[in-house]
Amino acid sequence: MTWLNEMIDRLRYRSVPPSEDRHRMRAVANNIVLHLHPTRVPASALRFSRTWGLGGISALLSVLLIITGVLLMFRYDASIERAYPAVLAIETVIPFGSLLRGIHHWAGNLLMITVVLHMVRVFAAGGFRGERRMNWVVGLGMLVLVLIFNFTGYLLPWDQLAFWAITVGTGLLTYVPLAGQAISDFLLGGPEVAQSALRNFYALHVALLPVVLIFGLSYHFWRVRKDGGVTIPPQTEQAPKLTTIPHLVTAELGVALVTLAGLLIFAMAVPTPLEALANPAHPPNPAKAAWYFLGVQELLLHMHPLAALALAGIGLLGLAVLPLWDRDSSDEGVYFRSATGQRAGMLGATFALVLTPLLVLVDDLWLDLPALLAPISTLISNGLLPLMLTLGGLAGIYAGMRGALRARHSEALVGLFSFVMVALVVLTAVGIWFRGPNMALVWPF
Amino acid sequence: MAKNTPQPNQDAPAGTTVSRRDFLSLGAGALGLVGFLQTGGMALQFLAPRRVDGEFGGVVTVGSAESFPPGSVTEFPDGRFFLARASDGGFLAISRRCTHLGCAVSWHATPGQFACPCHGSHFDLRGNVENPPAPRALDTYPITVRDGVLLVDTAQAWQRDRFAPEQLVYV
Ligand code: HEM
Ligand code: FES
Repeated sequence: MTWLNEMIDRLRYRSVPPSEDRHRMRAVANNIVLHLHPTRVPASALRFSRTWGLGGISALLSVLLIITGVLLMFRYDASIERAYPAVLAIETVIPFGSLLRGIHHWAGNLLMITVVLHMVRVFAAGGFRGERRMNWVVGLGMLVLVLIFNFTGYLLPWDQLAFWAITVGTGLLTYVPLAGQAISDFLLGGPEVAQSALRNFYALHVALLPVVLIFGLSYHFWRVRKDGGVTIPPQTEQAPKLTTIPHLVTAELGVALVTLAGLLIFAMAVPTPLEALANPAHPPNPAKAAWYFLGVQELLLHMHPLAALALAGIGLLGLAVLPLWDRDSSDEGVYFRSATGQRAGMLGATFALVLTPLLVLVDDLWLDLPALLAPISTLISNGLLPLMLTLGGLAGIYAGMRGALRARHSEALVGLFSFVMVALVVLTAVGIWFRGPNMALVWPF
Repeated sequence: MAKNTPQPNQDAPAGTTVSRRDFLSLGAGALGLVGFLQTGGMALQFLAPRRVDGEFGGVVTVGSAESFPPGSVTEFPDGRFFLARASDGGFLAISRRCTHLGCAVSWHATPGQFACPCHGSHFDLRGNVENPPAPRALDTYPITVRDGVLLVDTAQAWQRDRFAPEQLVYV
């Protein structure tokens, strides 16, 4: 087998495998894929716990989605008469079609998770300040892009799940003041989810969005190098540096293989959902949005859509301006800033775990604000009031961290961030598992 | 603009003349802007919501008034609406699109209400909200009467907060 290894090495490095560090470094600079890497990396940046491999896994999944997506395109037809039969044929007739669709489906869902975890990791390491602030915003853009990718892909199978999730999802848009209805009509190409909507979503999903994804990712990677690589704590003495070959490349290959193997096994074991053909006259009960929107849908059950949208918008805006909000880089690269920061994070998470389910229960079972404040418009009693209460609660948590824990600004923000993220996870979990027919609370087990 | 080139308009009275260079670059810029706006406008028009032939949005002939007894609700699936006749004989063409997030409501004759399965909104025969989260009454479509035959125009739904008697159409 040595001849095989040698051949692969020749293909990879265009010569024999480099044995000396100097040659190894040149091999990186001369190879188009490896060129994304620096020639040498600090040893501490190579520790697995520095990145958990999350950015790399996300990049790998993106490539995998493009490959499987292009393959699916050869068998798919974006017409409301033929889309469902095409997906059915992929599932039942075409050799390995079910596996291919499974990989595309689960990779898309997994990507949603890894991108969010990647963001959490960067936040925890304080990797959004100074030079890196541009790349933090670019990364946030990629997160939104993945959301849009998943949202547009969701419609394509044209089954009941697809039809009603997109109907409900775009119904949400119509509450955006003034422009909402126009935006929804423009996206759908008409007043309801029909042929134009399918064609629009298909064009976005397989043409426009992939182009944005490829350019966006390239820029994102390029900036990581420009900004000095992965965020690590300031080094006291001259830090040892290791060559990218073999140290970084081997680690990346290892993570990639484990991810691929795990995904493959999952896609073989868990069938991809496909329900009955879309029927515009009969929504299923309950009609839920895609799982990554269920946190927002859960909010909708508790407040006026305008308030829920405003809350989501404020959260996203808060993330976007984070580099300006927290500029204290004294603890760069230390996870959760400090011991106090860690405590703030734990406290925020605990609060969210207790408070969110409690509030959901209270509002669902006992509290009926609109009825209580009857003569007042629901826009205020069910919109402005809950919105203000929520924002006030968040401000209270921040102030509590500052006071009780004597946390610095950036440590208190860790507590706030952890509260918001865990609350979002709890709301999503409630939406996925604890909402049954008529969206009433149910016990799933 | 031309920062490091000689200024040719030295002898022109200040403020009255523009140099040829400035004039040309200003003109090119303006043309570029017009071109950009035109291209953008063309793209927007190209992508604008469109009506596919045979899809819903036209005028639906529902038939003569006598075929609908007072207090009845009849579904017209292709028109996406229900024809409701109030007990006093007035007609309403009620959109089946739930005003909460757009699911399709269905009519249940026994309790006499429209119910939305998605998040549990209920509406009465005239479209008024009986149970939230729906924020307002079901939309309606305009009805015209020609020779005793009812026509419903489904091009544009009318939004309303709640039912009012003047919304009813009589033959
Ligand atoms: C970040 C990238 C992407 C994500 C998150 C994503 C996600 C999805 C999702 C969730 C579906 C619905 C599949 C199902 O549930 O059955 C889907 C379908 C589809 N996607 Fe993607 N996708 C991505 C990239 C691509 C690309 C780059 C292409 C092609 C160039 C593509 C082509 C397709 C096709 C043809 C379908 C319809 C087939 C089917 O529904 O099984 N996708 N995608
Ligand atoms: S869409 Fe009808 S209740 Fe939500």
